[in-house]
Amino acid sequence: MLNTHYTDVAIIGGGPAGLAAALAARRAGAEHVTVLERNHELGGILQQCIHNGFGLHRFKEELTGPEYAYRFIPQVEADPKIHVYLNTMVLSLSPEKEMTAVHPVHGLINLKAKSVILAMGCRERTRGALSIPGTRPAGVYTAGTAQRFVNMDGFMPGKRVVILGSGDIGLIMARRFTMEGAKVEAVVEIMPYPAGLARNIAQCLEDFDIPLYLNSTVTKIHGKDRVEGVTISQVDDNWCPIPGTERYIPCDTLLLSVGLIPENELSQEAEVPLDPRTGGPIVDESRETLVSGIFACGNVLHVHDLVDYVSEEAEIAGEAAARYALKQTADGVVNGKNGMGGQFTIKPGDGIRYVLPQRVTQGAEVDLYMRVTQPMDAITLSLSGVTLARKRQVRPSEMLKIKLKAQHWDSLLEDGKAQGRELCLAAEPRL
Amino acid sequence: MGEKTHYDVIVIGGGVVGTAVLRTLSRYQLKAALLEKHAEVGWGATKANSGIVHAGFHNKPGSWMAKLCVAGNQMYDQLCDELDVPFLRNGLMMVARTQEEEEILQQFYQQGLANGVPGMEILDGDAARRLEPNLAEEITLVLRASTGGIVAPFELAAAMAENAAANGADVYTEVEVAGISHGDDGFTITSKDGGTWKATYIVNSAGLFSDDLARMCGLDVPSLIPRKGEEYILDQRVGNLVRHTIFPVPTPKSKGILVIPTAEGNLMIGPTALEMPYKDELSTTAEGLDEILSFTQRLVPKISRRDIIASFAGIRSGSPTGDFIFETSHEGKAVHLLGIESPGLTAAPAIAEHAAEMLAEGGLSLIEKPDFNPRRPKVIRFKQLSDEEKEEVIKENPLYAHVVCRCETITEGEIVDAVRRGARTVDGVKFRTRAGMGRCQGGFCTPYVVKILARELGVSPLEITKRGKGSELLTAEAKSFLKGGETNA
Ligand SMILES: Cc1cc2nc3c(=O)[nH]c(=O)nc-3n(C[C@H](O)[C@H](O)[C@H](O)COP(=O)(O)OP(=O)(O)OC[C@H]3O[C@@H](n4cnc5c(N)ncnc54)[C@H](O)[C@@H]3O)c2cc1C
Ligand SMILES: Cc1cc2nc3c(=O)[nH]c(=O)nc-3n(C[C@H](O)[C@H](O)[C@H](O)COP(=O)(O)OP(=O)(O)OC[C@H]3O[C@@H](n4cnc5c(N)ncnc54)[C@H](O)[C@@H]3O)c2cc1C
Repeated sequence: MLNTHYTDVAIIGGGPAGLAAALAARRAGAEHVTVLERNHELGGILQQCIHNGFGLHRFKEELTGPEYAYRFIPQVEADPKIHVYLNTMVLSLSPEKEMTAVHPVHGLINLKAKSVILAMGCRERTRGALSIPGTRPAGVYTAGTAQRFVNMDGFMPGKRVVILGSGDIGLIMARRFTMEGAKVEAVVEIMPYPAGLARNIAQCLEDFDIPLYLNSTVTKIHGKDRVEGVTISQVDDNWCPIPGTERYIPCDTLLLSVGLIPENELSQEAEVPLDPRTGGPIVDESRETLVSGIFACGNVLHVHDLVDYVSEEAEIAGEAAARYALKQTADGVVNGKNGMGGQFTIKPGDGIRYVLPQRVTQGAEVDLYMRVTQPMDAITLSLSGVTLARKRQVRPSEMLKIKLKAQHWDSLLEDGKAQGRELCLAAEPRL
Repeated sequence: MGEKTHYDVIVIGGGVVGTAVLRTLSRYQLKAALLEKHAEVGWGATKANSGIVHAGFHNKPGSWMAKLCVAGNQMYDQLCDELDVPFLRNGLMMVARTQEEEEILQQFYQQGLANGVPGMEILDGDAARRLEPNLAEEITLVLRASTGGIVAPFELAAAMAENAAANGADVYTEVEVAGISHGDDGFTITSKDGGTWKATYIVNSAGLFSDDLARMCGLDVPSLIPRKGEEYILDQRVGNLVRHTIFPVPTPKSKGILVIPTAEGNLMIGPTALEMPYKDELSTTAEGLDEILSFTQRLVPKISRRDIIASFAGIRSGSPTGDFIFETSHEGKAVHLLGIESPGLTAAPAIAEHAAEMLAEGGLSLIEKPDFNPRRPKVIRFKQLSDEEKEEVIKENPLYAHVVCRCETITEGEIVDAVRRGARTVDGVKFRTRAGMGRCQGGFCTPYVVKILARELGVSPLEITKRGKGSELLTAEAKSFLKGGETNA
């Protein structure tokens, strides 16, 4: 059999989540940290995001994706106790925290860790999953694939483009294509409001006079060998195309920017339960999953629109994973629980699509991250009747962060509102 | 170069039938070639079908379909073993839900017996559900045939072409035959772009277009009836819903809409059956999908729209007689294979034997080659190897450690191997290796596959196509539109 290597904290994925987690684990005292990254370089998806707009919260500066990554990469590389394996793809993970990976020189690697951090990011939703009727010509790409072609390989995948979905990557690519001299004919969004950040709508579409069609979708793809056009239609309240509203737009490329899905094949193999609402693992405030010693952060946990929050979340996971590893004795037994029990469950209520973490320990002061179901004005966010915050304007595209404080716990516990240990987070219109 | 050779036999059309004919011919001491209009073989009906190796109870006793389906079925084990093509005898079930359907089902059982189909049995609903727990409760009677199987049809055609080439046959792609004439020196075949080819014998296996070619040879054949079938592929997560291929009781026009495990571990649902005015309309439709879902959910209720990851459509070359049609012209020197609709995939190896016999009747001498090698070098499928085997192949070739398609765990080594075996396009790589066939449908790996193809073929990425000329993936170098323009997007 293969030789087994040992490490304290193993991190799967070397994107912004993996990088920040590695540094945090070291700061918390982990002596042997291993980062496994399948790409030939660290940085994850940031390496192909050459536009500005990263790091405003964290560094108070507008950085490009690679620049943001380089705020972390040199530190990781300089630390002799962080072992980075590039070109290394993790193929399997067990609940006992054993994994197999492949490397071109080392071949198959067996690694056993005291704690594991899942930081595999996410992937784009594709057309098949949407099954748009029509032919299957060349010229249909996800926005991220197009981004890779243009920014990493230096090739344009088309000249006349329609973009389905108003997610951020699609918006960014609308601008990129236009600046490269291609014509972006339209961005088509099925919902009554855009999926991407308001600033991207302004900077990527409005500044370039690119039309955005809301309540609309692509109902047919035309063209035999290469895309020749698409039919778009308006949709009704049930997202069904309205007959008679069809419109043909000639184009040679259809980009899909219809959302991202956390990449959880390995998590599922390790029997980590997922939250159907986020597509990522269920975690407590330390970002520990329901499998003891396996943590998660970044886009694998839930899709982030701001990398700053990814780093923040990764630091929580890195620190907790290090603490977990340090408490583990030689024979693999953890000395008592981390102090993080996650005894309370938080469920999304009215107006809330998801909330994270899904488990919290009684009394813990934690940041809650959430997304709303639709754009709303003047709302109160409350947890089982206890008001946490008021917001003037909220949108599904923007993740909200709200602190759950000691005083909130006091009211929850005093009034007996937290009975059954199930809390419910709701967004209600203010009267 | 090939245009100067005078071939003994030229096969026109490289679907599963044409490639099977070519491989059969490559056993003999003669010079054979295949002309295929697409960039690769197997891209007609062969690529876009259900992949079922039928048992043979569906067809009328005495028909060519019945005879060659049962005979072809029996050839599959050896064929797929020699060529290292995924094939599994998963068995198939025809299911009845009403009294009326039960009666029809019994007739198919009798028909199967008459056709000499081995391994059939009748089960009641409960017995069938013990084998297939996800079958609908309403199902009362089942005809099960253990010889039913599933195969990777495109891989089969590609493998037969590859093996034929290894045994001396020539394969020419992107050659669309536009004219056939006959004179003292045999046949002269002209291609659409002006090439000419010479042969003493020809085989017309042009699928849906075989009627056009037969007419070029002066035969008065009825037109084939294009009949489109849409199919939808479900995520591997639900690949285990059923093990058998599940058939309803058929209608006169088609075998109905089925639930099909694929040789690669996905589940497929389909096909529809819609007569078309054209031969090249391959779109999928919202109505088709709705029909398939409502139909298959009646067989296996757990099937869900949510799990669909891909769709495609294929066109059957519907036979006007309801049976395969075999014709000759030019005193037996041209053999025409028409109306090869389902069970054409199953029957293909037997059709090839039959075609060789027809050529022999026309005077072609078939003398076995002493050095015919029926085996194709094994394909390394990294994901299926044991840990030790993985170590071994990586040591030999580190490209097997670079996972390019992460959904299906397909490595660069496998993609390079596919190109060396004849893949020229992104679809060719995809169908040979499954890179891009998983749940992200090439969203992640396409740029890498394009790069590898360009490198291996020694061309610019701009020349790489999805499936031949006109389907280029990239249109220009970035920044070429705006010379020196602002690109800080
Ligand atoms: C196109 C685009 C534009 C964006 N624009 C902005 C913006 O303007 N501002 C902003 O703040 N944020 C932006 N974001 C969001 C931000 O970039 C992401 O939230 C962040 O990169 C997520 O980090 P991550 O580490 O979780 O995932 P990733 O960056 O995806 O990293 C995951 C890493 O894991 C590796 N991996 C996965 N599976 C395995 C395995 N099995 N074995 C080994 N390694 C593996 C991957 O190769 C990858 O390197 C954008 C994102 C995208 C995609
Ligand atoms: C939806 C669907 C599902 C099916 N399911 C099954 C099944 O489960 N089991 C089964 O046994 N059968 C099935 N069939 C039938 C089976 O697919 C066909 O019988 C079989 O593929 C026919 O092979 P072929 O080689 O005759 O045709 P094709 O694969 O169509 O090959 C013909 C080839 O000729 C080429 N060609 C055409 N004209 C020219 C020209 N002028 N010059 C050069 N080349 C030319 C074409 O490009 C093509 O590659 C199904 C069919 C469909 C459409």
